[in-house]
Amino acid sequence: MFEWMAWTTPVAIFFTCIVLMLAGMTVWELKSPTTMRKGFLPMATTRGDRLFIGLLGAAYINLAFVGMAGWITEWLSLEQEPSIWISFVVSMVWLVWTLRKG
Amino acid sequence: MTDRRFKKRTIFLIAYLIFALLPIYWMVNMSFKTNQEILSSFSLLPQAFTWDNYKTIFTDESWYSGYINSLIYVAINTTISLTVALPAAYAFSRYSFLGDKHVFFWLLTNRMTPPAVFLLPFFQLYTTVGLMDTHLAVALAHLLFNVPLAVWILEGFMSGIPREIDETAYIDGYSFPRFFITIFLPLIKAGVGVAAFFCFMFSWVELLLARTLTSVNAKPIVATMTRTVSASGMDWATLAAAGVLTIVPGAIVIWFVRHYIAKGFAMGRV
Amino acid sequence: MSVTTKPVNQKAWFLILPVFICVAFSAILPLMTVVNYSVQDIISPERRVFVGTEWFAAVMRDEDLHAALWNQLKFSGAVLLVEIPLGIALALSMPAAGWKASATLVIVALSLLIPWNVVGTIWQIFGRADIGLMGATLQRLGIEYSYTGDALHAWLTVLLMDIWHWTPLVALLAYAGLRSIPDAYYHAARIDGASKFAVFRYIQLPKMRGVLMIAVLLRFMDSFMIYTEPFVLTGGGPGNATTFLSQYLTQKAVGQFDLGPAAAFSLIYFLIILLFCFVLYNWMQRLGQTEKEGGHD
Repeated sequence: MFEWMAWTTPVAIFFTCIVLMLAGMTVWELKSPTTMRKGFLPMATTRGDRLFIGLLGAAYINLAFVGMAGWITEWLSLEQEPSIWISFVVSMVWLVWTLRKG
Repeated sequence: MTDRRFKKRTIFLIAYLIFALLPIYWMVNMSFKTNQEILSSFSLLPQAFTWDNYKTIFTDESWYSGYINSLIYVAINTTISLTVALPAAYAFSRYSFLGDKHVFFWLLTNRMTPPAVFLLPFFQLYTTVGLMDTHLAVALAHLLFNVPLAVWILEGFMSGIPREIDETAYIDGYSFPRFFITIFLPLIKAGVGVAAFFCFMFSWVELLLARTLTSVNAKPIVATMTRTVSASGMDWATLAAAGVLTIVPGAIVIWFVRHYIAKGFAMGRV
Repeated sequence: MSVTTKPVNQKAWFLILPVFICVAFSAILPLMTVVNYSVQDIISPERRVFVGTEWFAAVMRDEDLHAALWNQLKFSGAVLLVEIPLGIALALSMPAAGWKASATLVIVALSLLIPWNVVGTIWQIFGRADIGLMGATLQRLGIEYSYTGDALHAWLTVLLMDIWHWTPLVALLAYAGLRSIPDAYYHAARIDGASKFAVFRYIQLPKMRGVLMIAVLLRFMDSFMIYTEPFVLTGGGPGNATTFLSQYLTQKAVGQFDLGPAAAFSLIYFLIILLFCFVLYNWMQRLGQTEKEGGHD
């Protein structure tokens, strides 16, 4: 039934994480409702807003890294292109930072 | 002073209206010519006036079935869009609930996603569920941008209705469905009309998804036209006539909603 | 959505459910599929190879894509620069009531209801130098006009077509905004002896701000997605002078059947749109709030 979607393990893990995050946020929200607050972002946000901004930012960080990996390899004259895990870690740090301080 | 200003404005308006109508006029003009006349001479009015191009379309099944197919899926789409959008718009306009703002935003992003992005998976999805080349497939695919739009417009109109009306009805013992159908719907009649108009319009004008999801049985008129362009290339007269006929339904609908149209374009927010 | 306080009722989710299911079926499942495609090399439905972020890297470094994106931004910018002022001017000169207003509204709105490929066809016919009114007229005026041969002419023709097609949307929105201004405002301005420009600057423009935001948002998004009209009119040429993002994507996905790169590109496209949507949506929300707060004094 879902063969046409051409599932792969990494993508399945990715979407499971997203669903878990949304479920977690819902439970958290029911237990202690969020309040609007102003952090380093240019506008007042709720927890849900910050999660969205965090995820969107994370996506952009990874994309930018992938796009510039070629240059980085050249500049630092590396043997091979730097691992995507570097930008993944950076983007997760960004996500946590946005959620807590944004 | 005021008089001269008034004139300047009128001249500008008339100039724009001419600009708006000239390309359409030229197509109408060509639809009454023969191909031979189009290519050989250049005239503002048909020299040898002919209805032949329209006759071709109304007698050739590959042409007129295109119109029927389009009308069928546009009708299905408009019906489904409004049916699901009405309760949702009511919920957005009356209550606050967990994640309401995010769901509303998510709906809007679908309105703003280029159909090209969803082209491939739609093709696979509808092949898998066996809906390829049916009217339902196109109608369902068009829900992607019509449902969010309908919710947006209806929410605007509904927010304009004071909440006291709902409360009074509930106190009077109306159940929600009965209240919604007998009291609330008549109040937002204009909004429903405008939303229906927009669903009709966006489903009617869309080409990319409609063309990808159909091949023979549900081929819409817009796809019939592009294939004529690429195949014979030069049948300008029939093409022009087909084009004129696609404008007609829109022009009729617009006449009916002309009083609400400006408001509808503002998504009921003004 | 309005910012007034509404009663909290989680049961409202049941009313949202039908919409949620409909849109999820046609948005979430396909989106997941696109993500799956984007990390694989799909040789045939049975033979797929996981390639990680290779396609993303390829797309991000694709010179043609950069050209298409640049083309797209220039085009969207030009569309906004011309259509917004022209639309406002048009709305200001449209009659306020009577049969003239109805007739003008219908004529102005007409171009919005024409199927997009017919719009392309109309201009294809209209602009041809041998059989088209505009093409032939320009030719007689001594301009070597050809939208199929000259890159600049093609680009300008697509722009003119877009102006013809979509300025009415801006005009109708602005018109709706203008009609919501109470007559009392104009009376007060007349007593003060305000000039026409002052009336425009201090009464009409602020009142139109909300609808103009919607106009900018819609025009930006729609011009960013433009596909059908240039596809019919120029097919993206000559060269790739009028190849915009959607066209580039469709060429890849349908024309060359490169599922992987096309999917990666789709996702990047989606992220760009998502970011713009989010920023503009929040901007609009905030504008709505300040307008409401300002309305009290």
